[in-house]
Amino acid sequence: MKKTKQIGGSTIHVATRRWWPLFLGPVVAAFIIGFVWPFFQGIYLSLCSFKTVSNAKFVGLQNYIKAFSDASFRHAFWYTALFAVTSLVIINIAAFAVAYALTKGIRGSNLFRTVFFMPNLIGGIVLGYIWSMIFDGILSRFSTSIMVNAKFGFWGLIILVAWQQIGYMMIIYIAGLQAVPGDILEAADIDGATGWQALFRVVIPNVMPSITICVFLSLTNGFKLFDQNLALTGGQPFTIQPDGTTIKQTEMLALNIYNTFYTSSVASQGTAQAKAVVFFILVAGLSLLQLSFTRKKEVQQ
Amino acid sequence: MSKKFWALALCVVLALSLLGGCANSGSSSTPASTAPSSTAPEGSSAANGGDAPADGAAGSVYWLNFKPESDTVLQEIAEMYTAKTGVPVKVVTASAGTYNQQLTAEMDKSAPPTLFVIGNAAAARDWSDYALDLAGTPIEAELNTDAYNIYDENGKLVSIGYCYECYGIIVNLDLLNQFGSLENIKDFESLKNLVETIESKADETGIHAFTSCDMDSSSSWRFTGHMANLEYYYEQEGNVWTECPPELTGKYMENFKNLYDLAINNSITEPTDLANGGHDASQEFKDGKAVFHVQGSWEYSNLAEDVPNMAMIPYYCGVEGEEKAGLNCGTENCWAINSKASPEDQQATMDFMVWCVTDPEASRMLVDSFGVMPYKNAAESTNAFLANANQYSEDGCYVMNWATNFQPNVDEYRATLVSALNAYNADQSDANWETVKTAFVQGWAVQYKAVNG
Amino acid sequence: MNGTLSKQRRGKTVLSVLMAVVCIIYVMPVFTVLLNSFKRNTFVKTDTFALPTGEMWAGFSNFTKGMTFGNYPFVNSVFYSVVITILSTALILIGTTMAAWYIARVDSKFCRVLYYLCVFSMVVPFQMVMFTLSKTADSLRLNTPLTIPIVYLGFGAGLAIFMFVGFVKSIPLEIEEAAAMDGCGPVRIFFNVVLPMLQSTMISVAILEIMWVWNDYLLPALVLDINEYRTIPIHIQYLKGSYGTVDLGATMALIFMSILPVIIFYLTCQKYIIEGVAAGAVKG
Repeated sequence: MKKTKQIGGSTIHVATRRWWPLFLGPVVAAFIIGFVWPFFQGIYLSLCSFKTVSNAKFVGLQNYIKAFSDASFRHAFWYTALFAVTSLVIINIAAFAVAYALTKGIRGSNLFRTVFFMPNLIGGIVLGYIWSMIFDGILSRFSTSIMVNAKFGFWGLIILVAWQQIGYMMIIYIAGLQAVPGDILEAADIDGATGWQALFRVVIPNVMPSITICVFLSLTNGFKLFDQNLALTGGQPFTIQPDGTTIKQTEMLALNIYNTFYTSSVASQGTAQAKAVVFFILVAGLSLLQLSFTRKKEVQQ
Repeated sequence: MSKKFWALALCVVLALSLLGGCANSGSSSTPASTAPSSTAPEGSSAANGGDAPADGAAGSVYWLNFKPESDTVLQEIAEMYTAKTGVPVKVVTASAGTYNQQLTAEMDKSAPPTLFVIGNAAAARDWSDYALDLAGTPIEAELNTDAYNIYDENGKLVSIGYCYECYGIIVNLDLLNQFGSLENIKDFESLKNLVETIESKADETGIHAFTSCDMDSSSSWRFTGHMANLEYYYEQEGNVWTECPPELTGKYMENFKNLYDLAINNSITEPTDLANGGHDASQEFKDGKAVFHVQGSWEYSNLAEDVPNMAMIPYYCGVEGEEKAGLNCGTENCWAINSKASPEDQQATMDFMVWCVTDPEASRMLVDSFGVMPYKNAAESTNAFLANANQYSEDGCYVMNWATNFQPNVDEYRATLVSALNAYNADQSDANWETVKTAFVQGWAVQYKAVNG
Repeated sequence: MNGTLSKQRRGKTVLSVLMAVVCIIYVMPVFTVLLNSFKRNTFVKTDTFALPTGEMWAGFSNFTKGMTFGNYPFVNSVFYSVVITILSTALILIGTTMAAWYIARVDSKFCRVLYYLCVFSMVVPFQMVMFTLSKTADSLRLNTPLTIPIVYLGFGAGLAIFMFVGFVKSIPLEIEEAAAMDGCGPVRIFFNVVLPMLQSTMISVAILEIMWVWNDYLLPALVLDINEYRTIPIHIQYLKGSYGTVDLGATMALIFMSILPVIIFYLTCQKYIIEGVAAGAVKG
């Protein structure tokens, strides 16, 4: 990269350099306001006890200890992990199956693709409202509710995100499947491979890059889920412990952080920020893992 | 040369648009956010019809109002008063949710509000220094009850109510008369008998005792906020709370259970189906499908079209002496006079207040907007429920104050209670009621600690 | 040979029918919303999946009621959503293309740091910065529909810059050098030469940003003054928590009105949307 720049570095790029206020100025200013400053202030505040930001007191790792000793946070972590893995498996199997079917050259492929992708454009809050109406309509026939039984809340949310994301992953799989060279498939066919053999021995190894992308995308999506969680159950039902504290049974990590910030008390904002940092490390860690996976694959090829 | 010029111009435009954006926000957000400087002149010119206020000897009135829905009528009242007496009255209305910020900002100005609102004990603590002692003033003499007076820690009367609302159990009298009569409902026992009679015949008549008691967020507050008040009220044992108590005893939980059970088990919707919600209890009541409806006075105009004959009765729940119970009444609409204003302005404000509650035309307009005004010479309320509340007071019944307003960390507290009630509605076991109690009593302490550190 | 061919054809037909059935199930939720938007309130819960016939039929009254439902005019929500989405997307496109070109073409330490910060910002979840970001935005008065695009530019710059830098680096330098020979300054080069070449990536980025901003709930809910400015997602979330009776029929009408523009947008720009999303996914 550097070399190209130096080749061209002659006339025009010396001239360009002086124009940084125009080209970089607005973005850098906004980037500092919208990301850099909040990010570092967030790290700092996670080490502080504060009611208002202006009189924050440094307390070291106390907030992190509080965060990890918070039973609701631990519950939210395991619940989120279980949710992310379950949704990952369901979404990817379904999306791959649909993509595989749609690349078989069947009639109506384009229409099907259009329909399956559509839910992706509807926002999480609206989706939550739509599905809560549907679940209420079904469950009230059985005199129960998504607000009463945490199992319904879990599977309800799985159905919701599956409906939303299958189409998205399908698009990526279709792109991957279309890139599989036809002659390889023909060769397999001539060798007398059955459909299943061709799928597992030829097709899947060839779409591994797409699979990696989709697996990590659905995993991080699962971990970051917020709007849908808030709109569908909002954490209901709660487990109420004898001392009056509660654990929200269907509350995921992002919602737990939000609730710690805005609905419990001003005194717990430091803890909430610490939870947010832990959450960030988790999500960033997943992304790094993905990066190393794709790198490895590239080397192999 | 021109190239450079254009480039430079573009640069400037970009920078300006970024800056301009910021500057813009400053001015366009004023009505809503912290710096209300620009709203005051607008409000004043609207109120004064553009005339310069005749400052000085006569004094003037500046009312910082906190109810956006009453703004129109207050502006009319102000104009009427100025037309009649020549005393300038300026009404400025804080936009929803910004009253406190605006009050703080306005009080610092050279012409601060002369009339403002101190609506609760916390505000009384904050604004006591700015409040004239209203004890023994002409406006206090006009009151017909002292239930809506707010005192500070030193017993100074800092503000007095100018309107109030009430909640309880709304009754469809035409339906009720098919089964019994209002006079016979005097306590929980008699209410229960009647309710069970109605419900036992529901299959033939199609009329249930209570409307649906939904637990979704658009309806659950009728129980977690309002009905819960009976427990808090009785728990005060006559010593009205002036601030949030750190914990509850739960002494009257059994009484809350009495009424709650009665409502959920004798209603249109099965208890197991309440968690889903969506039954539109008000519509059920309007359609004449149920006799009783747990709601408040603000629903009156909505219901009156379809149910002309209505009354509101107290939360009877099996407490000793409850024959003397009245409705749950309360308000945050309490007038305070700025003690730092000039004596002329204070006098002008006092005159204006007295005029508001005594002048037939003005009080008619205000009562129609507010519902009721607790003053001897104010116009009669057209709201049957508030008329009921007044009647109970006149009959010497006790007003159940809104102790529920002290619920600590209210959203979280109520959400927990809803969760516990959902479980109880699905299966009315003792263990599940114990959980409701935990959410109700221990939950209070937990949320109190959360808020107060 | 003939046998296998017809077998294959039969297999495809079966697959087609199967997919058609799945498709119908897939559109059911949206169809149910439409169905219930014509139902009278009390029937939405009791007869969720029935056709709005007989006494259930409410005509268009739910739609008229939905316009003012929840003590907030729906038109305002639509207006704020549209304004915020358009301004933010435009700002992001202009700002990040310029920055990306500069970063890609000028070799300096600052540019490299900036670039890596942008890439880094892509993996930071919003919860990490939501508290401090909303405080910062509030103190800088970026809390109105006209100024919140600056916040979106700041928080959303990462992905856009990443995508644009990747594309600019694939453009041969010779084109720009030729323009420079002709006496073009950097600004002219950027707007006349580079920007036209960025068009396809710009469409992809625009689609991603539009989808993000239009559907975003938490950022505007935390930054904007909720009583005054409600975007569509905020409006819908607040309906649920609003006091008073919720009219489910009207709510469904409102939800339908809010997804209708999205569906129309999708059907008209389908090709770009699917391409854009795929591009964003592969890169991000």
